[in-house]
Amino acid sequence: MSSSSVLYDHPGPRARLRSHVLGVVFAVGLVALLWWIYSKFDAAGQWEARLWTPFTEAKTWTQFILPGLRATLEAAAVGMVLSLAFGLIFAVGRLSEHWWISVPAGAIVEFFRAVPLLLMIFFIFYGVPFLIQGPVPAFWAVVVGLTLYNGSVLAEAFRAGIRSLPGGQSEAAYAIGMRKSQVMRLILMPQAARAMLPIIVSQLVVLLKDTALGYIVAYPELLQRGVNDLAANYGNILAAAMVVAVIYIVINSLLTALAGWLDRRTSTRGTRPAKRPRLFATVDSAPEGGTTATNPQG
Amino acid sequence: MHVFTDPKNFDAYLSGFLWILKLTGASAGLALLLGVLLAAMRVSPVPVLRGVGAAWVNIFRNTPLTLIVLFCYFGLYSTLGLNLADSLDLNNYWLGVVGLSAYTAAFVCEAVRSGVNTVPAGQAEAARAIGLTFTQTLRIVILPQATRSVVAPFGSILIALCKNATIVGTIGVIEASSVMKDLLNENGDAVIPIFLVFAGTFAALLIPTGYLFGWLANRLAVKR
Amino acid sequence: MRTKRAVTVAAVAALSFAMAACGGDDDSADGIVGKAESQEKLVIGVKADQPGLGLQTGTEYEGFDIEIGKIIAKGLGVDESNIEWKTTVSSNREPFIQQGTVDLVVATYTINDERKEKVNFAGPYFVAGQDLLVQADSEITGPNQLDGKKVCSVTGSTPAKRIQTDYPNAELQQFDSYSKCLPELEKGQVDAVTTDDIILAGYAAQDQWAGKFKLVGSTFSDEPYGIGLKKDDTTGCEKVNEILTEAASDGSYQAAWDKTLGKSGTAAPELDTTKLTHCGSV
Repeated sequence: MSSSSVLYDHPGPRARLRSHVLGVVFAVGLVALLWWIYSKFDAAGQWEARLWTPFTEAKTWTQFILPGLRATLEAAAVGMVLSLAFGLIFAVGRLSEHWWISVPAGAIVEFFRAVPLLLMIFFIFYGVPFLIQGPVPAFWAVVVGLTLYNGSVLAEAFRAGIRSLPGGQSEAAYAIGMRKSQVMRLILMPQAARAMLPIIVSQLVVLLKDTALGYIVAYPELLQRGVNDLAANYGNILAAAMVVAVIYIVINSLLTALAGWLDRRTSTRGTRPAKRPRLFATVDSAPEGGTTATNPQG
Repeated sequence: MHVFTDPKNFDAYLSGFLWILKLTGASAGLALLLGVLLAAMRVSPVPVLRGVGAAWVNIFRNTPLTLIVLFCYFGLYSTLGLNLADSLDLNNYWLGVVGLSAYTAAFVCEAVRSGVNTVPAGQAEAARAIGLTFTQTLRIVILPQATRSVVAPFGSILIALCKNATIVGTIGVIEASSVMKDLLNENGDAVIPIFLVFAGTFAALLIPTGYLFGWLANRLAVKR
Repeated sequence: MRTKRAVTVAAVAALSFAMAACGGDDDSADGIVGKAESQEKLVIGVKADQPGLGLQTGTEYEGFDIEIGKIIAKGLGVDESNIEWKTTVSSNREPFIQQGTVDLVVATYTINDERKEKVNFAGPYFVAGQDLLVQADSEITGPNQLDGKKVCSVTGSTPAKRIQTDYPNAELQQFDSYSKCLPELEKGQVDAVTTDDIILAGYAAQDQWAGKFKLVGSTFSDEPYGIGLKKDDTTGCEKVNEILTEAASDGSYQAAWDKTLGKSGTAAPELDTTKLTHCGSV
């Protein structure tokens, strides 16, 4: 966080003073706001011990929160693997030269990007059983829903990544006698995946958050067990929601940090699009400094 | 299609999507304002502002929207006493708008920030050289150029926002997904057509929106 | 292009496999009596978020519905430890029965004609009625006083719809579970919570709400709770009714009540065995 941004001069004494004053005023305002929230919560009895003691009991963790977290991570892990596969396949499919591959692939991707996940999970759980004449476990309803939606977004990310590569890459590969599939697999995909890493990771964060929608089909994930079921037992919905929110934030931040580390590790090798001088040096690394949209579903 | 020929169901369908559109419209405006403000905070010279901006983005982007919307109801409304409208439905609607905007603003902020980053550093240097201040540099030179590269991300954010509006059903706004649930429960024999109509409506609204933004982004792109 | 085609085919195959993997393989066609005999186990669908009736406390379930489930399992010769409890929500009870995800549903399941078209009902083992839960010092005495009041219920549920059609001047707050309504009632953000009296009593008896709420006590509907089974399982249905009749006379019905909802001091209701269903045969 140095002052090397090119958006403003290196602050002189007056600018420093002004920024300090502004900072202090803002900080005081912020503290006042937080204090007001705290006291309002206090007045409403939200800090009462009975709402919070459940979280000091082992049972709350071993029987509600941790199993919920496990179910969330399970659905997220399977969903991540399947969406990456779905994304790769449909990105390649959409880039195909045969219209009978590229058109259906494009239509599928566009459709699943446009339908809310909530609708999709609901349909898979309640509608698909009529089609396949058998029950769909809540787990698969969540995972398949996550895969179709996030996979479609990833397909678009991969496709954009492949198209952003310099044409010389594939030309050179063809010149040394590679087949189409080899060019895609050995030359284009690895580079596209690296270039698109920030988007891929933020999409995986989205996927992890979206597992929370599993509660509508009673999939026992973190939100269902940690907030809904826990509150049914102890009547402490706001307290439970705060604890669970912190867990989500920690996990997603870890995932983001992991991606940043991966990005730094991989970006030292190989080609990346040349970096233009950046406007402000305070930008963190991936995925926040990503070059394209992140997708805020769910 | 007998389900939708019943005027009661058809009205429910219409009002469900009307809620979605209203939620999307109001939240898009608010999120845009808040997001740009947050982005400005995140690149500002004042460390406290930068910290708050970063905290906002990290908190809201990493929490499931369902939880945020629950907080809006149980925290903002029922504990902090934030009453936004007299009627229950309208109040829930506005609480939903607050939740959606706070969440979406985090994504808008990041899109604007990376948009700002696509503007060559020379632009800012030149602006400063002719004596523009930080706010002037942002307002007159950087943001207008960043806007162009931000069009495409904004498109996907808007699309996601529209879909996310279904989550406000959690606090009792009977939007499209709640209507669909209801219809599915009552018409077990027409599950597929009901889903196709609801999903199809979303697709009909959002796929063209996606292409519109793609086209705009191409038209406005700065060729460098 | 052969590879790309292969990849696409693989994708489709992978997807359909994923879907097929979801499909159940359990095809016990001869109903619950047959399944209980041959496999000596049962899957029972229950509620997970209704204190006093069906509440998941960690890994266990407890409540009146759970006890009824145990009585039925015992009557069918299935050991308590061989019962698999499965969480159901109101909207997935019929699909669960039809698809064979569960063998029985004991989940505050009101018998009505619409549902009878899809599933078979044994019972009723209890007759509930829609009622209002209000703050202990509230002056509301019945649904007619709800004009301009805020009433909380579950989205799209029968009680919620009854309020909308019969008492349109009440403002309806809908959530996805009743447990979200209760804190709102405590704070006075809503004036009443409405659903079946027995469900409300279960919530009101929870430690954290003890003494804060009261049931208005003027029910405005009849909700006979039945036990849901596959539509064609007439034998199973008749057997369950037999078991219920026996439970009423040998005191196990009474014991189930005393162990759960009876804790609040309410005496066990009479199980009227003359009102049991005819299991689809008229």
